[in-house]
Amino acid sequence: MLEILLYIQTGLCVFCLYRIIRGPTIADRMVGLDIFGILVVGICAIVAILTERPYILDVGIAWIILSFIGTITLAKYLENKKLNE
Amino acid sequence: MADIIIILSTLLIAIGILFNIFGCVGLLRLPDVYNRLQSATKCVTLGTCSILLGVLVRYGFASIGIKALVAIPLLFFTATVAAHALAKASYRFGIKLGEKSVHDDYKDEDYDVS
Repeated sequence: MLEILLYIQTGLCVFCLYRIIRGPTIADRMVGLDIFGILVVGICAIVAILTERPYILDVGIAWIILSFIGTITLAKYLENKKLNE
Repeated sequence: MADIIIILSTLLIAIGILFNIFGCVGLLRLPDVYNRLQSATKCVTLGTCSILLGVLVRYGFASIGIKALVAIPLLFFTATVAAHALAKASYRFGIKLGEKSVHDDYKDEDYDVS
C-alpha cells in the first residue's frame, strides 16, 4: 500500500517539472520549484517509514530550510527587476 | 490495536496524497501566476503536513515521530512566508492578472521600486 502511495507522490513531481519547463514567465518557474521542494519532504517521510531509518527525516527538515532560503532569495532578486526593461 | 494504528496512519497518508493531487492539478490547469500560487501552496502544504502526521501516529513519540512533529510547524511557517514573498515580488515585477480577475488590492498603493 505504501509503495503505491510513494509512486503516486513521486509522479506528482512530473507536474511541477512541466510547470518549470513550460512556464510562460519566470515567476511560474519559481512557483513550480517551490512546490517541488515541498513534495520532496513528503517523499522523504514515506521513505523513512518504508526503510525505518529516522535520519531520512533530517534530510526532509534540511530540505524545507534550503527551499525557503532559495525561494526568498529568488523573490528578492525578482523584486528589483522589471518585466519591460 | 497495532493494526488500527497502522490503518489510521496509512489513511492519513492517503488523505495527504489526495490533497497533493488536487494542488498539483491546480498548478497545471489554472490560468494565472497568482491562482497557481494560491492553489498549489495551500493544498500541498496541508497534504504534506497530513503525511508527517501519519508518520507521528504510526511511530508515536520515538525518534522518528519527534522529527515529524518538529517538521510540521517549520513547514507551515516557511511555506506560507515564501508564497507571500513570491506573490508580492511577481506583482512588483510587472506580471498582469488574468482576464477573469475581478479585484486588485495592490493597485491603489504606490510602491517605490528601488
